[in-house]
Amino acid sequence: MSGFVSTRGQVGFNDLKIPGAWSRKIGKDLYEVFIGPQHPGSGHMRIIIRIDGDVIVEADPDMGYVHRTMEKLGEGREWIKGIPLYERMAIHDACNVTLPYVRAVEQLLGIEAPLRAKYLRVLLCEINRIAAYLYGFGIFGVFVGHSTMYMWPFGDREVWIELADWLTGARLTHSYPVFGGVRRDVPADFTNQLRKAIRYMRKRLEEYRKIYVDNPVIRARLEDVGVIPKNLAIELGITGPNLRASGVLYDVRYNDPYEVYDELDFEIPVFQEGDALARVWQRVEEIKQSLRILEQVADWLDKHPREPILHDRFWKTAPPLHKKIFETEGRAKLVPLYALLKVPKGKAYAKAETARGEITYYVESDGGQKPYRVRIVSASARNAIVFKYILPGHRVMDLPTIYGSIDYFPPEADR
Amino acid sequence: MSSSEVIEKIKEALGDIIESIEEGKGVVHVFVPVDKIVEAARKLKELGFDHIKDVTAIDYPKENVIKIIYHASSYGNVELSKYIVGLGYSIPRDTERVPSLYSVWTTADFQEREVYEAFGIVFEGHPDLRPLLLSPPVAELKPLRKDFVVKEETIFRK
Repeated sequence: MSGFVSTRGQVGFNDLKIPGAWSRKIGKDLYEVFIGPQHPGSGHMRIIIRIDGDVIVEADPDMGYVHRTMEKLGEGREWIKGIPLYERMAIHDACNVTLPYVRAVEQLLGIEAPLRAKYLRVLLCEINRIAAYLYGFGIFGVFVGHSTMYMWPFGDREVWIELADWLTGARLTHSYPVFGGVRRDVPADFTNQLRKAIRYMRKRLEEYRKIYVDNPVIRARLEDVGVIPKNLAIELGITGPNLRASGVLYDVRYNDPYEVYDELDFEIPVFQEGDALARVWQRVEEIKQSLRILEQVADWLDKHPREPILHDRFWKTAPPLHKKIFETEGRAKLVPLYALLKVPKGKAYAKAETARGEITYYVESDGGQKPYRVRIVSASARNAIVFKYILPGHRVMDLPTIYGSIDYFPPEADR
Repeated sequence: MSSSEVIEKIKEALGDIIESIEEGKGVVHVFVPVDKIVEAARKLKELGFDHIKDVTAIDYPKENVIKIIYHASSYGNVELSKYIVGLGYSIPRDTERVPSLYSVWTTADFQEREVYEAFGIVFEGHPDLRPLLLSPPVAELKPLRKDFVVKEETIFRK
């Protein structure tokens, strides 16, 4: 190596420093490139790659830039405060991400939400799922230089965020499911607006196909890139649409149904190719299934009269003012019991299918007002391993393609 | 297959190396001695538990024990896929080295690094044991152990 040896912060003769990425020579024909953590493509994450010419020989995903110590913080807070804390992992997927925590605590308490509350949870879960997929499409679109595919899904995502806003009172971070039920019932005329959104989304998916998924330029970038074979997908323990696009039939909603998923009629799409294109198709097909689920939930909500959306154990302690608000506005205000809630000693394990895959919570209680231990492993945390094992052998230009097709979300992975 | 049948299958496969079995809600924990953990994990994998969902460590300062649990499940076997088996062991809190299960479940790669940084336990046989989410000075504090207390800042008097 000619020039001087570079150290951190100094740029050597052979070094290249551009915003968001810099590289240094580490051997003959071997360069180390730091991508991120401020790179517009990588989000709050750094991938350190070693390249021989243009080919990646080693990749080291460097996570943790948005680590918020949720497991430790959770131990110092009352049970109910875990819900607004943990949903910060994926703010636009808040219902899916916090639901297993709520279900784990419900299991320890030995209670179950009323049927209507279960349908309402599924309703918001699927709205969140579609919004999160559209978010992923937008980011992926901009990665591969297709700016229309950035604008369209971000605009269409607004439809689902507005529905969630209408239902819960918040665009993101809804804190909707609570122990024993949910916080609000649907507003009047909600189901008709939901059907309108479903019709609109079906039309749009067809337009996405024409302009993006079946676009020859996009296909040339995605096809046979980042192939994860079935056996490797299982070995690495990846999850969600990435797993199903590699030919493994596993979806928590199907394999271990929770809430009312076993009463609904839907399919789990599975693709065999395992490449970036299959992962895009996988998400398109899954949005169609989510729309199918939403239609059935809308029908159910129309047919059934309103009933309490909170378990009796909590609802019977509600002051008269709370009951009046529920009858007039459909809102169940948090009853004071939640603040002092003690959860019986024991351990529970709950999982749910979020937009990016399976999230698992291991919850242990020592009978006190705060959790003894909450272990969270989110979908993105489990999918991060892909970068280490799949990137080597690809060209640098394939890195954004693979990164985008995995739909990796750093705040969710870092917890 | 019911959950009791799964437990029977595990009892049959692991035999007398099982120390104790604890059932929780939605999970069953199988504890084995720490020196038998690799053997037990191999047998569990042969049964069809082909990946792990997480590696969980829990600190019990009163009993002077840390429990490390690998929550395993199956993708390949649809019948097993709804069950979670936690294969674990207890070690005294001052234990420094335990065997890594990377050779059995590749998934353990990042997860063992997380336990290493948060509890300061070294997994022997792990190919690349470095902190994953934390910076090295923070990892040295072993932040998820119970004797690390978070000081929360406030402008108000408490």
